[in-house]
Amino acid sequence: MSAPSQASFKISMLLNDTRYRGYTFQFTSLLLLFVTFSYLGSNLIRNLEEAGLNISYAFLGEPAGYDINQRLIDYTSQSTHMRATIVGVLNTLLVAFLACLSATILGVVVGVLRLSKNWLISKLMAVYVEAFRNVPVLIWIIIVFTIMTAVLPSPRAFRGEDPSASMIFDAIAFTNRGVYIPAPVFGAGSLIIIFIFLTSILAIFWYRRYATKLLYGTGKLLPVFWPSMAILFVPSFVVFFALGQPISLDYPSLTGFNFSGGWTVRGSLIALWFALAIYTGAFIAENVRAGILAISVGQTEAAASLGLRPNRVMNLVILPQALRVIIPPLISQFLNITKNSSLAIAVGYMDITGTLGGITLNQTGRAIEAILLLMLFYLLISLSISAIMNVYNKTVSLKER
Amino acid sequence: MKLLNFLGVAAAVVLGAGTVAAATLDDVQARGKLNCGVNTGLVGFAAPDANGEWDGFDVAVCRAVAAAVLNDPSAVEFISLTGKTRFPALSSGEVDMLSRNTTWTFSRDVDLKFEFVGVNYYDGQGFMVPRSLNVSSATELDGATVCIQTGTTTELNLADFFRSNNMSYDPVPIETNAEARQQYIAGSCDVYTTDASGLAATRANFENPSDHVLLPEIVSKEPLGPLVRHGDHEWGDIVRWTLNALIAAEELGITSANVNELAGGTNSPEVSRILGTEGNLGEMLGLDAEWAKRVIAAVGNYGEIFAKHLGESTPIGLERGLNAQWTEGGLLYSPPFR
Ligand SMILES: N[C@@H](CCC(=O)N[C@@H](CS)C(=O)NCC(=O)O)C(=O)O
Repeated sequence: MSAPSQASFKISMLLNDTRYRGYTFQFTSLLLLFVTFSYLGSNLIRNLEEAGLNISYAFLGEPAGYDINQRLIDYTSQSTHMRATIVGVLNTLLVAFLACLSATILGVVVGVLRLSKNWLISKLMAVYVEAFRNVPVLIWIIIVFTIMTAVLPSPRAFRGEDPSASMIFDAIAFTNRGVYIPAPVFGAGSLIIIFIFLTSILAIFWYRRYATKLLYGTGKLLPVFWPSMAILFVPSFVVFFALGQPISLDYPSLTGFNFSGGWTVRGSLIALWFALAIYTGAFIAENVRAGILAISVGQTEAAASLGLRPNRVMNLVILPQALRVIIPPLISQFLNITKNSSLAIAVGYMDITGTLGGITLNQTGRAIEAILLLMLFYLLISLSISAIMNVYNKTVSLKER
Repeated sequence: MKLLNFLGVAAAVVLGAGTVAAATLDDVQARGKLNCGVNTGLVGFAAPDANGEWDGFDVAVCRAVAAAVLNDPSAVEFISLTGKTRFPALSSGEVDMLSRNTTWTFSRDVDLKFEFVGVNYYDGQGFMVPRSLNVSSATELDGATVCIQTGTTTELNLADFFRSNNMSYDPVPIETNAEARQQYIAGSCDVYTTDASGLAATRANFENPSDHVLLPEIVSKEPLGPLVRHGDHEWGDIVRWTLNALIAAEELGITSANVNELAGGTNSPEVSRILGTEGNLGEMLGLDAEWAKRVIAAVGNYGEIFAKHLGESTPIGLERGLNAQWTEGGLLYSPPFR
């Protein structure tokens, strides 16, 4: 005789008994998942074998043979596909960073303004939000790019006796290929200035901390904004002139076909950056609005009755609490920006999808390898962004004892 | 591992997946339509005409094959592909053949595992600039912004050309000819570079074609031709000999106008073999005897196709040049039909 509990076990209990049912379902799902994946995997391998293809990453070491217009690191057509990939990665990160930053600023401003009591402002913001988040981002990218190429003059227009276009302050040129801006040239002694500038930034933090402490300790309120500005700029300027202006500007000028000198912010970067920022900004604005509305009116009233002015109520009471609600969806907006930046090829921006997933893939024919690598990259980037943002989220979230 | 394989195979059998050495001819005939990959729109080579019918030099090759295997030159599903999408589309079986200004290169043939069945246009890469730039040679292009179609051979040639001439340039990668044209017209690039025939075709569609010049330098060899997947040699043979029939027809004087008359009787044995009144070449291909006769009746011979879509009487106005018959000093040379 076996134990009573075992004796009483019947097959039907796998389905009928709540003690076992969960396991049955989990096991079946697992099995199904396993079968599906092994089917897909073996299908892939078999088809590859049949087509005479093998998975190999050797192509990454071979010369790429093509040129890339926007390079944050040294790259020539003789560099390897690996390097072309890295150039693409950096371009992706650049546009993602710029777009995240501007989308956040835009989103916070619009989100707050949409709650404004001013009818016109709040309606304008509502129109912006609804218009921008309801049109696909690819369309925005193309609209911005098309408008740029059609409206801005080409470098040719800057040439000749009586050019039809001219540079702004003789320093900045807006063309349909991009915006050319002066670039700093660091002469001898410029390190000192940079050092002083960085120290000033630290000093501002220190000053603000001191001001808060003084406020809490004695109730004395120090001005913050103007002193901060003074700390930021005055020492650096003084040293800059004392050292005989070691940092100078390299102005773009028209030579041959294009402007040269200075920095070029390419039209493709601007279009992508701008489109991602205004599109995602609209979503972030809604998150911000939701976050603010989640804080009960009582908080505003309480803060006001303490005598805080409206913008202090917003900055000191509402926004810090609202952040708890805002941050988690903000993370997914940042992830969206990064992933949406892969639409770059629509305007010829050479991000990783353009280099590794575009030209490299096409010239080497290594589609599966390139796509796998691409997936891995986006996965890593997305996971890192959420990791960083989650850490930040912990610091703003409600601390319970 | 065994289990995994077993499950995979079992599932594959059950679901009937996998491409087991498919006979493309059977597929095409069962489908009743030829899936032919062409470009996204380049008047002269492949573009929908005013009635929405695809028409052009590359399109004619698709129609010729459809006439041979399906007895109907209009039984073609045209699938427009960019420089980037064309190869995956062919290797995945989405199209049965590609006829899309595609250059025959070693790596495409060997590494990408395609079979180029021949050359229907001997070309080379050129440069187009606005006349107002006053550029007369490609060696004066140092520092220029260059529009280039990505996923093409021209991208690599461009890098080589500028490097070997110690010049710098700024590449603007673009997906399709239509976008390139738009960017070039807007002046966001100084130069447009691609196959010289493509440049001529693009220029012919500008509002003022004479405002733009093709520079004299041809910086590469671009033998353009139709291609199929590796592995199905019978299908490759059909496409190859359809192309050869077009070329041989011109050499032997068979035209769409006289093909029926010649099929009625001629004293040229090769003409008779092509038209199926002698020998059994069609049967060897797995087709009927009149396959080539239908091809020529439907689209004309190579010379007719060239004259109709690209020749000097068209706005594109290309000379035969290298694409003349070998008897006329060109490179076109069909192997004998016997
Ligand atoms: N022959 C080159 C270039 C082929 C190519 O893309 N040509 C252009 C211009 S001639 C074209 O056909 N464009 C039409 C399109 O964009 O679909 C290659 O095979 O890589």
